[in-house]
Amino acid sequence: MTANRLTESLLALSQQEELVDLPKDYLLSESEDEGDGDGEIKHQKLLEAISSLDRKNRRKSAERSEASLKVSEFNVSSEGSGEKLVLADLLEPVKTSSSLATVKKQLNRVKSKKTVELPLNKEEIERIHREVAFNKTSQVLSKWDSIVLKNRQAEQLVFPLGKEEPIIAPIEHVLSSWKARTPLEQEIFNLLHKNKQPVTDPLLTPVEKASLQAMSLEEAKMRRAELQRARALQSYYEAKARREKKIKSKKYHKVMKKGKAKKALKEFEQLRKFNPAAALEELEKIEKARMMERMSLKHQNSGKWAKSKAIMAKYDLEARQAMQEQLAKNKELAQKLEVASESEEEEGGAEVEELLVPDAVNEVQMNVDGPNPWMLRSCASDTREAATEEEDPEQLPEPVAHEVSESEGEERPVAEEDILLREFEERRSLRKRSELNQDAEPADSQETKDSSSQEVLSDLRALSQKLKDDHQSRKQKASSEGTVPQIQREEPASEEEEPLLLQRPERVQMLEELENEECFQNKELSRPVLEGHWSEKTPNNHPDAPKEKKKKEQMIDLQNLLTTQSLSVKSLAVPTTETLEDDVERNQRQMIKEAFAGDDVIRDFLKEKREAVEASKPKDVDLTLPGWGEWGGVGLKPSAKKRRRFLIKAPEGPPRKDKNLPNVIINEKRNIHAAAHQVRVLPYPFTHHRQFERTIQTPIGSTWNTQRAFQRLTTPKVITKPGRIIKPIKAEDVGYRSSSRSDLSVIQRNPKRVTTRHKKQLKKNSVD
Amino acid sequence: MKVKMLSRNPDNYVRETKFDLQRVPRNYDPALHPFEVPREYVRALNATKLERVFAKPFLASLDGHRDGVNCLAKHPKNLATVLSGACDGEVRIWNLTQRKCIRTIQAHEGFVRGICTRFCGTSFFTVGDDKTVKQWKMDGPGYGEEEEPLHTILGKTVYTGIDHHWKEAVFATCGQQVDIWDEQRTNPICSMTWGFDSISSVKFNPIETFLLGSCASDRNIVLYDMRQATPLKKVILNMRTNTICWNPMEAFIFTAANEDYNLYTFDMRALDTPVMVHMDHVSAVLDVDYSPTGKEFVSASFDKSVRIFPVDKSRSREVYHTKRMQHVICVKWTSDSKYIMCGSDEMNIRLWKANASEKLGVLTSREKAAKDYNQKLKEKFQHHPHIKRIARHRHLPKSIYSQIQEQRIMKEARRRKEVNRIKHSKPGSVPVVSEKKKHIVAVVK
Repeated sequence: MTANRLTESLLALSQQEELVDLPKDYLLSESEDEGDGDGEIKHQKLLEAISSLDRKNRRKSAERSEASLKVSEFNVSSEGSGEKLVLADLLEPVKTSSSLATVKKQLNRVKSKKTVELPLNKEEIERIHREVAFNKTSQVLSKWDSIVLKNRQAEQLVFPLGKEEPIIAPIEHVLSSWKARTPLEQEIFNLLHKNKQPVTDPLLTPVEKASLQAMSLEEAKMRRAELQRARALQSYYEAKARREKKIKSKKYHKVMKKGKAKKALKEFEQLRKFNPAAALEELEKIEKARMMERMSLKHQNSGKWAKSKAIMAKYDLEARQAMQEQLAKNKELAQKLEVASESEEEEGGAEVEELLVPDAVNEVQMNVDGPNPWMLRSCASDTREAATEEEDPEQLPEPVAHEVSESEGEERPVAEEDILLREFEERRSLRKRSELNQDAEPADSQETKDSSSQEVLSDLRALSQKLKDDHQSRKQKASSEGTVPQIQREEPASEEEEPLLLQRPERVQMLEELENEECFQNKELSRPVLEGHWSEKTPNNHPDAPKEKKKKEQMIDLQNLLTTQSLSVKSLAVPTTETLEDDVERNQRQMIKEAFAGDDVIRDFLKEKREAVEASKPKDVDLTLPGWGEWGGVGLKPSAKKRRRFLIKAPEGPPRKDKNLPNVIINEKRNIHAAAHQVRVLPYPFTHHRQFERTIQTPIGSTWNTQRAFQRLTTPKVITKPGRIIKPIKAEDVGYRSSSRSDLSVIQRNPKRVTTRHKKQLKKNSVD
Repeated sequence: MKVKMLSRNPDNYVRETKFDLQRVPRNYDPALHPFEVPREYVRALNATKLERVFAKPFLASLDGHRDGVNCLAKHPKNLATVLSGACDGEVRIWNLTQRKCIRTIQAHEGFVRGICTRFCGTSFFTVGDDKTVKQWKMDGPGYGEEEEPLHTILGKTVYTGIDHHWKEAVFATCGQQVDIWDEQRTNPICSMTWGFDSISSVKFNPIETFLLGSCASDRNIVLYDMRQATPLKKVILNMRTNTICWNPMEAFIFTAANEDYNLYTFDMRALDTPVMVHMDHVSAVLDVDYSPTGKEFVSASFDKSVRIFPVDKSRSREVYHTKRMQHVICVKWTSDSKYIMCGSDEMNIRLWKANASEKLGVLTSREKAAKDYNQKLKEKFQHHPHIKRIARHRHLPKSIYSQIQEQRIMKEARRRKEVNRIKHSKPGSVPVVSEKKKHIVAVVK
C-alpha cells in the first residue's frame, strides 16, 4: 500500500512539473504559430511564475484551462484537491439514486473482504496430496498390526492359513440328478416314502413335527401346576425333616429308629411273601451293607465318640450301654446273613456256628488298616520256632469266650465292663502290633545276618518274659526310628541295638500273646491293675532317651561313618521280607566282599581328597638364596632364620566348598574341556542366566516326557503341507471385511481434485 | 490291606485289535533316567552334525535358454509350472516335475525385461526392450495355429518391469513412469511419476492390493497408491535398489535388494529407519523373493550365490552356490514354500530345496516325530559353542570367502576410524549414527 501511495505522490509531482513546463512548450508552439506580439504575454507569465515562487503551497485556483489535463477518460486524477481518491468519493453521487443499491452493497462487501492469495505452486500441491494419501494408507494398514503381531508370536502356524472346512451334505443335495436306480435302492426309497420317513435333514417325521407343535395350552398349564405341587411338597418334607432333626430328645429318636426298623422288617416280610425276587434283592443290599461295614471302621471303637465313651464307661451305665450297643451293631452288621433259600431246620445249627466261627474271623479282620495278616504271619514264622504254634490256637478261642461273656452282659455289669475294656485294649494292642510290624519290617531286612545276631535272637526269645516290661519303651523307640531321617537309618546301629531291631516284630507278638494269656487266665483283672502296668512301663522309657542321643551323636560323626567298613554297602540293600532272597543276597554280598577283598575304597577316597585339598592350597614362596651372605655348598642348608625371612607366605584362600561334605570332592578349578561346550555369554532373548538354564534343564525328549507332552513340546513352529499352494494372507482369512469396491473402479471414479479436507491440510501447511 | 503279588490285568497289555498300537509300559521316574541335559546335548550335537551331513540342497538344473535368464515367474495355480524370460527375448515355460521345457516362445526382440502371470493363471504378460507389452495364453497354441500374443501394446518408451494386480484385471509397468493398465485398454488408466529417472521394478502389494512399490535408478524407493492415483512417499538410500518384494503375510513390510550388498526390510509406515538390515552378500543384490509363509526370504546376488535370510535376522541362515552358477539375476520361492528357483547368467535355472537337509517325499510318523524332536533340540542348544560352530559351518567358493574377509577388514577399519574420530573430538560434535540409519539418505514426503 505504501508503495502505491508513493507512486501516486510521484505521479502528482510530475504532473505539477508538467504544469510548470507545459506552458513553455505551449508558448513555443504558439510562437511558431503567431510569431510577434506575444512577448507581452511571455513577460506576464514570467512575472506570475516568480510571484508564485514566493508563496509556498499556494493553492491554485481550480481554474480549468484545459479539459484534457484533469479529467480524462483514461485516468482519474485528484489533481487540485491534492488528496487520494477514495471509494467514498465515487459513491457520493450514487447515494442519491436508490436504483444503485445493489451496486452499493456489492461494493461494501468487496470493501470488507481481503484479497485472495496466489495459488500454491504445483509441486507443493502434489506434496500435500501425497502426504494426505500416505496418512490415509497408513491408517488402512494399521488394521493389520494385531494380526501381524499375533502371527509373529504364534506358537505354531499352519499354512495355508484359511481353513477349508469340509461341507457335509447329503448326496441328494450335491448331485441334483441322483436317482435311486438299483432295485434295492428303489425298494428302500419306496419304503421310506410310504412311511413318510425323512430322507434328508432334519431327521424328523411329519408326525413328530406335528406332535412337537401340538402341545396345547391346557396341557402345558396342567404340567406346570403339577410341577408346582411337586415342588411345594418337596419343600414341606424338607422342612419337616429339619424340624425332626432338631429334636434333642434321645428317647424320641430311639423310638423313631425302632419304629423304622420294625416297619422295614414288616415290609421285608411282606415282600418275601409276595415278591421273593425283590426280597432277594433287598437281602443282597443288606449283604452289601454288611460288607461295607466290615471294610469300614464306622462302628468300631476307634472314633472320637467311642473313645470318650470308653473313658466314661466306668462311671456311667448309659455310656456303657451305648458302647455295647455300638459293638453289637458292628457285629450285627458284620455278620454274614443266611441266604433266604436255606431251610428252617439248618438255621438253628448255623446260628451256633455263626457264633463261633465268624467272630474269630472278625477278630483277624478287625485290623484291616494294619499290614497284611499273611505277611505278618510269615514275617513272624521265619524267626519263630515251634513254640509259637502253640500260641496260635490260644488266640482263637479267646474272643469266642468274650462272646459268651458278652451275651451274658445284662446280668453282670461289672464283669461286662471289664470285658469291654479288655476288648478295647485287645483291639488297640492288635492295631499297635500291626503298626510295629510295619515299622519293623524294613528294619528287619536291613539287618546284617551275622551269626552272632542269630545267637542273640535265640537268647532273647528265652527272655521274652522280661521283655514284656520293656514293651512300651520299645514301641516308642520304634516310632522314633520312624522319624529319624533316612540317612541315619542307614547308619549301622551299635552292637546292642542290632539284635533288638532284629527281634522286634517277633517279640511284640509274643508280648501280645503273653498279655492275652494273662487276660485269659484272670478275666477279672481290673482296670487299675492295667494302669499300673502302664505306669510301670513308662519309667523304663526315660533312661533310654539319653542313650539314644548319644547314639545319634555317634552316628553323625562323619569320620566314623567313613572309616567303618562296607557297612554302608549293606545298608543300601533293598528291604525285602523273603528269607530265600536274603540268603541269595548274603551269598552275593559274600562274593563281592571276597572279590574286592584287597580294595579299601573309602581310605583311597580319603587320601585322594586330602591330596586334592593340598593341591588346591596356595603355596608359599621361598626366596632364599643358598650361599648368599653365608657359606654355601653341598650339604649346607640356609639357616632357619634366613629362610624365615625370605619366605613369603601365601594368603589363605577361601574355604573349600566341600569342606563339610565328607564323601565329595568338588573341583573348584575351571575345566577347560567342559568349558568348550558351555555357553559363555547369555544369549539374546534371555534376561537372566537362570531363565536360560531353566530352558536347558527341562528335557523335551520322550525319554523324560509322556507321549502327549513330547508331542506338545516338539511341535514345529511352522507347518506347511506338501503340494499345497500358500496364498498371501487375506482380510477374509482373519475375519476382516475386505473392501467391496474394486481398486479399478476407484481409480476410474476418482479424478484428481482437491477436496475440502485437502484444502484444510493445505492451509495448515501454509501456516507451518 | 495290601497283598504284594504279581498280578497283571490283560487290559493293560492286550490290544483290542491288531491295528492298535502296542502298549509299551514306561516308567517315567526321573531317577531311572539320569543325565537328561548331557544326553540331550549329545543328541542335539548329533542332530546338528547329521543335518550338515544331509545338507544337499541342489535338486535340478533346467537348461535350454540360449542366453542369460533375466526374469522368472510362478504359476499362481500350478506348482509345477514355471515361466522364465531370457536376455535374447525368449520365454520358456517349464514343468518342474518332469524338469523339462514344455513351451518356447520368441516373445521379444532384445531382453525380456519382465514377466508376470495373471492371478487366474490363464495368461501371462511380458515386457521387453522392444517397447512392447505382450499378453500370452498360458496354454500353447492348437495344432496349426501360430504362436501369437493375445494382445500387444506398443509403448513410447522401454518398459523395464511388469507386475500384475492380485485380484483384478489390472497390471502395472514401469519405465520412465509407473503406468497402470486396464487389460482391455491400450492406454494406461493412470500413470504416476515422481522424479525423472528410470524405474527398474514395480511390485503390487499382495495383501492391500492397491499399494505399489517401485525402485528407480536415482537410488530411491517410491510407494504408490493406485486408488488415489498418487505416489505416497519416497525414501532415498545410499545406493540404487534393484528390486523390492512385499511380505505376503505382513501387509506393510517389504524388503529391498540394494546395490550396496545389503538388503533392507522396511515398514512402509516408517521409512526413515529400516526394520532390519540384512548383510552377508559380497556383491550387489539383484533380486529378492519372500517365502509364502512370510518368515524368510531368498536373495540373488551378483556374487554368484543365493542366500536365505530369516526376516528377523540380519545374517543369512543359508548360502547356495555351485561351481558353474554365475551371477544370479532372478530368484523365486515356490508357493508351497519348499523350493527355491534361481535363474543366472549362464543360461540355467536351478532348483534348490529351501531347507537344505530336509527329506523329500512322504515321512512316516516316526520320521516326522524324530525330525521335529531334532529340530527342537537344535533350537534348544543353538547357543552352545560347538553346536553353533557346526550349524554355521558352510563351504564357500574362494572368491566369496576372500571377499568376506576383505570386507570384514574394511568394515573394521571404518569402525575403528569412526571410534577414533569420536574419541578425539569434542564430545557430541561427531554424531553417532546407528547402522540402520547409516544407509538412508532422506525420506521425501
